[in-house]
Amino acid sequence: MKKIFQSEWMSRSVDALLPVFATLAALLVGAIMLLFLKVNPIEAYAALWDGAFGSSNAVAETLVKATPLLLVALGICISFRGNVINIGGEGQMVVGALLATWVGLTFLDAPGWLIIVLALFSGFLGGALWGGIPGVLKAYFNVNEILSTVMMNAIAIQLMNFLLRGPMIDPSQELLASKIPQTARLLDIFQLPRLAPTRLHLGALIAVVLAALVYILLWRTTLGYRIRAVGQNPNASHYAGINVPRHMVMALLLSGAFAGLAGAVQVYGVNYRMITDGSASGFTGSAGFNGIVAALFGQLHPLWSIPASILFGALLVGANKMQRMVQVPSALVIALNGLVVIFVISSEIWRRNRQKRRLVAVREGESPPQQDQLEVQKEEARQ
Amino acid sequence: MITDLLSSTVLIGILASGIRLATPYLYAAIGETFGQKSGVLNLGVEGQMLLGSFAAFYVTFRTGNLWLGLLAAILVGALMGLAMAFVTVNLHAKQGISGIGFYLFGLGMSDLLFQKLMGTVETVRGFPRVSIPVVSGIPGIGDIFFNQNILVYGAYVLVPVAWFVLNKTTLGLKIRAVGENPDAADSLGVSVVRIRYFTIILGGMLSGIAGASLSIALLNVFQQNMTSGLGFIAVALVYFGGWRPFGVLVGALLFSFVNSLQLWIQVLGLPIPSDIAVMMPYVLTILVLVATASKIRSPSALTKPFEREG
Repeated sequence: MKKIFQSEWMSRSVDALLPVFATLAALLVGAIMLLFLKVNPIEAYAALWDGAFGSSNAVAETLVKATPLLLVALGICISFRGNVINIGGEGQMVVGALLATWVGLTFLDAPGWLIIVLALFSGFLGGALWGGIPGVLKAYFNVNEILSTVMMNAIAIQLMNFLLRGPMIDPSQELLASKIPQTARLLDIFQLPRLAPTRLHLGALIAVVLAALVYILLWRTTLGYRIRAVGQNPNASHYAGINVPRHMVMALLLSGAFAGLAGAVQVYGVNYRMITDGSASGFTGSAGFNGIVAALFGQLHPLWSIPASILFGALLVGANKMQRMVQVPSALVIALNGLVVIFVISSEIWRRNRQKRRLVAVREGESPPQQDQLEVQKEEARQ
Repeated sequence: MITDLLSSTVLIGILASGIRLATPYLYAAIGETFGQKSGVLNLGVEGQMLLGSFAAFYVTFRTGNLWLGLLAAILVGALMGLAMAFVTVNLHAKQGISGIGFYLFGLGMSDLLFQKLMGTVETVRGFPRVSIPVVSGIPGIGDIFFNQNILVYGAYVLVPVAWFVLNKTTLGLKIRAVGENPDAADSLGVSVVRIRYFTIILGGMLSGIAGASLSIALLNVFQQNMTSGLGFIAVALVYFGGWRPFGVLVGALLFSFVNSLQLWIQVLGLPIPSDIAVMMPYVLTILVLVATASKIRSPSALTKPFEREG
């Protein structure tokens, strides 16, 4: 009996550590790639670590980078739990940011706190709109959401380019020959307050609070329960009387809303204006994609997404230092993120096989402890 | 101004570049069709294209041999396909998400290699135009269809070949069976694993060619993220075309004609903001997806990993 318990405990901790192993494996592959490029991997990773955590400033930068990742990841937790794949984080961030920026540049006489609240809310709204459209298309027109969100990304980029080159361009740029496609700068009173004498801003705190709220939403409210139920088994949910299409839309809409909020926070906390280099990643820093990576790494759990986002924020910040110190392009980190996704998602077979072994053990009456049987039933239900 | 658009030279220009622009979409989307027909959604097409594009460009740039470049792209695509097949077929990883992983890997890796091995944007002399004797002389038609480079012709030959393989051969029957009902196919002795490996690797090779068609046949340069979403659109075209090669062809042509129209609108300086014009093909794709989605059924086992019972 004791032995079963022990091996049980062992495999559970291995379960929890799977993402860590996956990351280590990705870093190992990265080290091999570095060797091929004739770079000392230890030096490179040391520079990366130093860039991410080497000083209080570095830590602050890491947290600043982690903030949009966490916000996007929270949305991903909701949509992926609802079995809706939202690849549109980039576009949702852009549209949320555009709407939020418009608020800040239009109502110049309003008090600062009011504009900040309104701006964050409009970011949420803009993202919800951009996520809601693919949601409706999926739920009511049977259009694959992976494809429509990718298309919506492309449309959002052009919308941003159009608005920043035309209607929303900084009036002072209009007079200059350069015509840099950017908006005017937000008034100082509209900017999110700093938390320390670094670039760390209130947005980071907001994101952490929201992580707790999303946890409550998913596991303590009817809406969250229904979204998860639809995600696990749409047919059963339908027979249980849940409006399946509506909850599909809600999953994508909320997911988009959090990405939109990430865009607004980026403008009000970091850039204080919008500027475009023609691509989405020029504004988002690919947070719309990297947020997916962080959420998966956090096993689609809002609270675990916090450390996951910090990890990937650290990788991104550290990559810049690595580029300066040992001349390894920061693109390496994008490739590593890809490997982390592949490894994490591949390693799930280990968990599934273990569950299956346990189910077989239960059925064959190898008398596992009572407690365990309950667990197995729970896991069966979760599948 | 609008009449400018309708003059015969411009019209021929739009049609000819439309035919040309469809090339990468065709290779990638036909490859993806094979994968999806066998039940595997490969979302990593974009990453495969980027790496293929870089491999083709780099090898051509170093050796001066276009065919070696093309071969490199095919090899790189096949390797990416092999990895994808292992992850989705053997490890049962979720296909949509692992595809995103392969996309990010290809995006980062191609950029990394480009910066480390080349550093600056260079150009190569790509595949030359080949005029098909006699027919290329036909006014209008000749310029549109028969004055293109070899990879363009290849893409259009691929469509009927893919149709034939999928619908008229035993291999095609096996592929479709594995995508519709893997359990039944398995009990009849068809190796689901082998068929899926085959289609995913084939898809990877074709994505590699799609990437090569950009870097050594159409644009003749390599830049970071030069596909900019093209691979994802190719995946959309498969749905758009209802998993049929000729449907994919219609989608690719529609998309690239609108794209080429949009380019010419900019060239001619018509009073439509260029950003809005660039948006058009994407909006159109969504609209067509809406119009076709409810009518066409996807392969039943799409995205479902196969596991033998017992």
